[in-house]
Formats: sequence, C-alpha cells, structure tokens
Amino acid sequence: MDLVQTLESVIYRLLELAAIQLPLTVESQLIQMIDQEESEIGHMQLSLIKENIRLAKELRRPICQDTGLISFFIKIGENLLNPITIQKIILEVTSKATQTIPLRPNTVNFFEGNTGTNVGRHLPWIFWEPTSGENLEITVQLKGGGSSNIAKLVMLEPLEGFQGVKRAIIQAVAEAGSKGCPPYTIGIGLGGTEDLAMILAKKALLIPANQRNEQKNFEELESELLKTLNLLKIGVMGLGFGPSVLDVHILDAARHPASLPVGISFSCWALRYATAQISDNEITYPSHEVT
Amino acid sequence: MANYSLKTPISADQTQKLRVGDYITITGTIFTARDEAHRRALQYAKENRPLPFDTQNGVLYHCGPNVRQINSSWEIISAGPTTSTRLEKFEADFIKKFGIKVIIGKGGMAKQTEMALKQYNAVYCAFTGGAGVLAASFIQSVDQVVWIDLGIPEAVWILNVQDFGPLFVAIDSHGNNIFTKIDNEIQKNKTLLLNQLK
Repeated sequence: MDLVQTLESVIYRLLELAAIQLPLTVESQLIQMIDQEESEIGHMQLSLIKENIRLAKELRRPICQDTGLISFFIKIGENLLNPITIQKIILEVTSKATQTIPLRPNTVNFFEGNTGTNVGRHLPWIFWEPTSGENLEITVQLKGGGSSNIAKLVMLEPLEGFQGVKRAIIQAVAEAGSKGCPPYTIGIGLGGTEDLAMILAKKALLIPANQRNEQKNFEELESELLKTLNLLKIGVMGLGFGPSVLDVHILDAARHPASLPVGISFSCWALRYATAQISDNEITYPSHEVT
Repeated sequence: MANYSLKTPISADQTQKLRVGDYITITGTIFTARDEAHRRALQYAKENRPLPFDTQNGVLYHCGPNVRQINSSWEIISAGPTTSTRLEKFEADFIKKFGIKVIIGKGGMAKQTEMALKQYNAVYCAFTGGAGVLAASFIQSVDQVVWIDLGIPEAVWILNVQDFGPLFVAIDSHGNNIFTKIDNEIQKNKTLLLNQLK
C-alpha cells in the first residue's frame, strides 16, 4: 500500500471518529450509568446525553461543539515513514478536516488570533514513541477547554506518600466541581518530572474504560479513588445527582528522591479519542471496532 | 417543579414565576456571547455606543458554536453551552446594561450574577454540557453573525430557536442558586473525606 495515501485517509478517519463517536468502552460505561440512575435530575441529564450521543452518530456531527485541542500519540516502528513526513500529513489533514467534518477552529496564536485551521504554533502536538517491527499505531485525542481548565499539577513531598496523593486528588476534583462537564474520567500521572506527570495523566485517559492498572497497589488505589470521589456528590453536570466520576486511571514513572509529582487530568463525560493500528497491510480501529 | 414554554422577548412577569428546579423551553431569538464578546459589548456600553444587535428582554446563550459556511449562509453543526463561570466577572454588568432576562449556560454562576438576576428579574438556566448536536437540533436558522473578527467561537451568533430545552432553572430571580447549594455540599463532603484519610 502507498503509506502516504493510507495515512492521509486513516488520520482523517481518526479525527472524524474521535469527534463524532465515543470509544466503545466509554460509551457502554456511560450507557450503563443511565440505565442504573434512579434520581429524576440525574436521569434527565443522562438521558439528554444519551440522546445527544445517538443524534451525533446518526447525523455524523461532532458530539460537542468544542472539538478541543488535538493531540496525536504515535507509536512508530522500524523502516516506516520519516516522522517529518507523518507530521506534514497530520497538519494538512487536520486543516482539511477542520473545514469538512467540521471541527471548531480552536487554535489561537497569541498575536495573530484564531488560525481557523486547528493548526497553530506547536499544535497539534505529537507524542512520539518508538516501537519494534513495522507497526504504526496512531491515536487522536480531542480535549475540550472546560475539562482542561481544571487540570492540576501538585508537587508533593515524598513522605506525604499515598495519603498525600489521595488528598491532592480529592481536593482537585472538589475544586473542579461542576465546571468541566461531569461525570468525569480522571487520569492520574504519578512520579517522573513535573512535565512527565502531566503527560502520563493525559495519556491515562486513553486507557479503555473499566480497565484496571496491572500493578496491584495501583489497581486498589484506582478502585478506592473511584469510590471516594463519587462520595463528593458533584453529580451529572454538577447538579448533585447521579455519578460524579466514571473512571480513574493511573500511570506511573520512577520519581526523584526529593519529589512526588501528581498530575491530574480530567475528561468531561465526552471522552474523545480514536486509535488506528497499521501493520502488514491491514488497518484496524480497536477503540471503535469499525472496518 | 413546573414546566414552562417561553417565547422571546421575555417579560419580568414570566421570569418571576420561575423557581429553581423548574424546566423551561425557549422559542424565538437568542444570541451567543463568550469572553471576548462580553468584553467588547461592555466596552461599547462604556463608550455609549449602541450594540449592533438587540439584547433587551433577551436570552443570552454562553456558547461558541461549531458551524459550517455554505456560500453566504451558516449552518450550526453543534452548539452546546460553554462553562459559565468564566463570565462571572462580566455578567452582573452585562445583565444591567443590556436588559438580559434569561441566561443559558452550564456549570453555574456565583454571587455577583445571582444578585444581578434578583435585581433585574432574570434567571440562569443550565443546559446539558457537551450535548452539542441536541442543542443544534433546536436551532432553526442563523439570523445574523456579529463580530466575526473575534473568531467563530467568540463571535455573537443570533439564532432562531424552537422549543430549546429542557433548560433547568438553576438560579432564579428570588436569590436561589442550586450550584452554590451543591458546591457547599461538595466542600463539606470533601472535608469529611479528607478527615477520614488521617
């Protein structure tokens, strides 16, 4: 296959999927919440969300008007395209997709204003990760302003330990309250440098809904936080009823002896991403199971 | 809790009977304004310049829509509410100077707005955040777009809507604010949870 042409269509497809359809695990987690909800206010808000998800799919329109800032996560194997070529394709396709899907133009350069294309200084940002074999995996993440504005980085002292971590997260979610379109999915990045903690937090949002950490201690911490954070009773859209937090995912890195960074990234209920895997002339979309 | 269907322009008589917990729908003309449009409108007022659109007894929607331009007309693709708290610093002034009767947003507003709503017989309603396609389904047409130099999300979109709702009355004109009440509860719950950690 012509990899350049393939990439153009795959990247367009990913932007479209991410904007219009929730990932399968995210949608089924949310739908389950709707079926379980007993309060009148919670049920009404969740039903409107469900109807919106349905309409977006039917009309092929972006779920939310805020199609966010766009990030790409790319795992790139050996003997594939030069990253500069891939970057060039990403910028071109993003600009085109902004007009045709359409995505809301959200990149505002400091002195020129809105570029109108979703391509601006350093944006879309691309996270590169080398991988073995001739494989290529591309994930597009769309992140709206409301849920990004409530993100937090907390630099704890190591002896504050996991109690400190829990405290920081409870405080951040209580502070976020109604502002970022709850029920939230929360990504936690622990350790590393201050920047890495935030990247891990954002990346943690890409873990399939309901999937727990492989490390037992973190698996327990995720489950405990999920339970505890819902006791804050923020509720759907901050109206006090129904789920406050849908899921909590942790990613960790080694830390400096003197530091314990805690990165906290939020997603609104409309957690939007899409992944494509390209290998052996085959393209699959595991997040959405489309062909 | 009651349901009401309102038509624009909205009168004080209509808003006064609304209470927190009621649901309303709106039919008629509404306009969007976010951060930049609030700032510019208040600057116009300061300079005694008339706004290029009508706001009296009007409905203000905190929204930056996703749109598609077809020749010289616009199609609204997705148009849910934006976070209202960012507008808190402008809103009391905005209500007073421009005669706003209904604000639609999400996430709630604070004390200053709450007091202005009471003084000028206006209400704040929440629509489901993120429900952009659903919100767009109530929009019949774009009447006008003003201040497009601010960019698509920040421009003022004057929209014709039909039965826009259900909108949840979250701050009424009698000083009741459900978001303040819930936030107090959240902070109490937080203190309780933090104490349990020790």
